[in-house]
Amino acid sequence: MKYSKDQTQALLQKIENSLKDYLLKNNIQNPLIIGVHTGGAWIADLLQKNLGYKGKAASLNISFYRDDFSKVGVNPKVEPTEMPISVDDKHVILVDDVLYTGRTTRAAINEIFDFGRPHSVTLVVLVERNGNELPISADIFGEKLELDNDKNIKLLGPDPMILEVVDKDS
Amino acid sequence: MSENKEINLDNENKNNSDIISPKHLRHFLDIENLPKSLILDILDLAESFAGVSGQPVKKVPLLRGKTIVNLFFEASTRTRTTFELAAKRLSADVLNLNLDFSATKKGETLLDTLRNLEAMHCDMFIVRHPSSGAAEFISKNVSPNISIINAGDGRHAHPTQAMLDIFTIRKYFPDFKKIKVAIVGDILHSRVARSLMHALRILEVPDIRVIGPKTLLPVGVEDMGVTPYVDMDKGIKDCNVVIMLRLQTERMNSSFIPDEHEYYNLYGFSPKRLDLISKNGIVMHPGPVNRGVEISSEVADGNRSVILQQVSNGIAVRMAILSLSMQP
Repeated sequence: MKYSKDQTQALLQKIENSLKDYLLKNNIQNPLIIGVHTGGAWIADLLQKNLGYKGKAASLNISFYRDDFSKVGVNPKVEPTEMPISVDDKHVILVDDVLYTGRTTRAAINEIFDFGRPHSVTLVVLVERNGNELPISADIFGEKLELDNDKNIKLLGPDPMILEVVDKDS
Repeated sequence: MSENKEINLDNENKNNSDIISPKHLRHFLDIENLPKSLILDILDLAESFAGVSGQPVKKVPLLRGKTIVNLFFEASTRTRTTFELAAKRLSADVLNLNLDFSATKKGETLLDTLRNLEAMHCDMFIVRHPSSGAAEFISKNVSPNISIINAGDGRHAHPTQAMLDIFTIRKYFPDFKKIKVAIVGDILHSRVARSLMHALRILEVPDIRVIGPKTLLPVGVEDMGVTPYVDMDKGIKDCNVVIMLRLQTERMNSSFIPDEHEYYNLYGFSPKRLDLISKNGIVMHPGPVNRGVEISSEVADGNRSVILQQVSNGIAVRMAILSLSMQP
């Protein structure tokens, strides 16, 4: 099942609005927006631009921080992590496309702390689906979704970004 | 050394036992039989690891809980320390064994040493040994869960050095199919040269030259797909990459060269030879450098030299090789 471009766009708009409100409410002036490769990095770049901040968002490749290396190994084709400024004392906005088991977020937070000590970390996702295995939930999300265990939801993109539900084996 | 007697140098029977599949390393013994795709995978992964050295915390948790043994039967500073740093940046535990001065001196055989290390539940041995074929011999005599990385065996191979050299070359010349590369000096005794020739051939470098006095060029070197030159000025002409080799006096048992001064005149990289290579050409050296013998200080420390970048790149490339060899 594919979301339409407009449906995906509506979710992107929703997290953008929620993030603006959140930053205003918490009086956060210069957040550090960090996207998780690959989908999260696209969304982070979009938020960076639409919120009026210059340059590209920072991006994380969490491959080297995964907890399943001894099961699945490492994929050599990984985009490098780009962290243009220090994370020390920053309000980090961590962006991913899908929150599922929570393991990617755990790895991403570990990696962020290897770059310094942020003031806070806020998690923004497009979709939060069922199947969480860790005490991690999104602060800001586009929608919550119940999916069968044999289904995955992934983001195609970057232009346009479209959500798609696929079989896990595919 | 006593262990040398046990080593059966059956390089004739080489097979591809060091890889499990085109995407999967088991050991890393030699470049000769690696598919091009795997070599490129290693370079790509190394590119990602290069960023780790720039992080405030220069470490990723990929190999946490693994134990890696630096098993060095021959002196080394650069190779051993960069392997050690690579392993530590992957969060592995590292044990440095300098067996030149250890149990082997007390009469313990190599196999006994290996059995003892296996009993300590180590996951990987990084082996340097003065005998060609030593790493392969060890790979055939350890339990199946242990990976062996060849950190230089006699005159045979030094595959991680060749990998870091081609990684460094790719930084300057992304398209291997368009470059001229010269390797200069003691080709005969050089395991670096041998591994490099294989790597460059597999990457389809169209013009690979080896330059040195006849006494230091192996007979039949043309069969490796390279062009031999005895005249250095002709050999390095228009090359994009010139790799200078160390004159390995410790491996020479008869007079291969007249004297060091004359060697420098004929084959040393003097500043005026920079005019002969391509305008954007780079000069490399695997180290340790004999200044004034194979290369002048002016060139070694000059802006065309990438010798120190080779050392930095060695860490990232070795991180890639260690993690790909530890894959499930």
